[in-house]
Amino acid sequence: MTTDQLLPGGQPEPVISLRNLRVSYGDREILHGISFDVLQGETLVILGGSGSGKSTLLRTLVGLEKPSAGQIFIKGRDLAKTSAAEMDEIRRKMGMSFQGGALFGSMTVGENVALPLREHTRLEDSTIEIILRLKLQQVGLEGFEYYAPSQLSGGMKKRAAVARALAMDPEILFFDEPSAGLDPIIAAGIDELILELKRAFRMTIIVVTHELASAFLIADRMLLIDKGRIVAIGTTDEIRSSAQPRVRQFLDRVAEPEISGEMDYLQMLTAERPRAQSTAGKRG
Amino acid sequence: MEIVSEIGGSTLNGLSYIGSLASLGARAAYYTLVAPFQGKPLRIQRAISQAMDTGVRALPILSLITFFIGLILALQAAYELRKFGAISAVATAVAVTMSRELGPLITAIVVIGRSGSAFAAELGTMKVSEEIDALETMAISPIRFLVAPKFLAMMVMLPCLTVWANAMGILGGSLFGVAQADFSFGGYVRASVESLFLRDITTGLIKSVMFGITITAVGCLEGLSTGGGAEQVGRSTTRAVVMSIFLVVVVDLFFTALFFFAGNR
Repeated sequence: MTTDQLLPGGQPEPVISLRNLRVSYGDREILHGISFDVLQGETLVILGGSGSGKSTLLRTLVGLEKPSAGQIFIKGRDLAKTSAAEMDEIRRKMGMSFQGGALFGSMTVGENVALPLREHTRLEDSTIEIILRLKLQQVGLEGFEYYAPSQLSGGMKKRAAVARALAMDPEILFFDEPSAGLDPIIAAGIDELILELKRAFRMTIIVVTHELASAFLIADRMLLIDKGRIVAIGTTDEIRSSAQPRVRQFLDRVAEPEISGEMDYLQMLTAERPRAQSTAGKRG
Repeated sequence: MEIVSEIGGSTLNGLSYIGSLASLGARAAYYTLVAPFQGKPLRIQRAISQAMDTGVRALPILSLITFFIGLILALQAAYELRKFGAISAVATAVAVTMSRELGPLITAIVVIGRSGSAFAAELGTMKVSEEIDALETMAISPIRFLVAPKFLAMMVMLPCLTVWANAMGILGGSLFGVAQADFSFGGYVRASVESLFLRDITTGLIKSVMFGITITAVGCLEGLSTGGGAEQVGRSTTRAVVMSIFLVVVVDLFFTALFFFAGNR
């Protein structure tokens, strides 16, 4: 089966399919039945607040968490039914860029990027060297191969992590919070890098983020997840014009409604007053 | 009823801990001893630098401690032996106690303090910074990549250190022997060597290999099961040290009893 094969409906075959996926930590269920498809070559952004389950979803997709129920198909193969060797093979087609970079501190940047090549291929050192240069160039880090990860800034660490994720020429690329903890200019640079990868390699890219601006910039489709359930899924335009209250709340950055009625509001005011006065009194 | 369920619960926890240790140990053993012959090479370079760390760099402190332990043993033994006018048996007492028991045990405890804790801290930090997860998503087994080299280094270095510790203990005893028991240095060493059977040394070495496996398994398991956050790394390190000391003593008891009853036959 090739990835370009079309289904009867004329749609490209999904690269990743989730069917009623449930994930639990102990007794607590984090994801309550998630189903969606990711198509070849598209960029899907998974949006959600803290504790929405978006990180768990990503970790489950790359095989770091085991689903308690439901199925994950990656390129048509059911992850639950793969052997360890097959799982390794699937993983070689996936690249993952972690939130903090997750570069190995005991190795140089170059060794980090070259590691998957050294572990999984029998390429000559000189060939690995060339691939390494290319990958570093792609992420704008040429000349940094002999630096230790601790010598890099946050944005450079993320770029190096992307270079490592790209080392095996993956078909699917995952990003966990690519712009978290970066200043807006550096974060925009990372967005630009993702767009470039999408344009140049037609890779299937899945990004987990809570940064709205970056999400609308890079996404083909978006998925909003809240409390372990999918709230909305659709193209960027569909999401932007959605009238669903939960989507609007997230997009318009409305705070969680903690005050439900006038009485609560009054109570909050009266409870605040004496404290404000007493601190003012102390200062006076 | 509550007490019963409490006891049952902690027994189950203990058993599942032993189970995880055994499974980690078995996988590490597979990647150290079997997988290299199936085309999954071991990181020899890493194992050597690990061996330098756990082995060679432990020598100064281990030498000093076991030298003093040997001297203490001689003093304690002489205290009793003097009453029977058998002070010349000090050499035998020190040599046998060191090589059968204290050599392996003291070595293990020094290695726990230096390396067992370091394993837990290293792997714990890697777990917290998602480096272990990164290895898994790159289809690189953390056991093969991180644990197996430590495993190999410890299995080789602990017996070596133990032999060294025995020698240093005997040397420490000789200080007393020469000063107080009318031994010449050569005479003391000869008396020590003659009093030892090969079995005294081999049982000590077998124990030390088992200690090495235990320390690696506990240190790495604690490191790999670190929860989120930096303070958890500290907790794992502490747990690794305490659990290692406890389990080393248990393993010691098991093998000492085994050798005792096997030797009686």
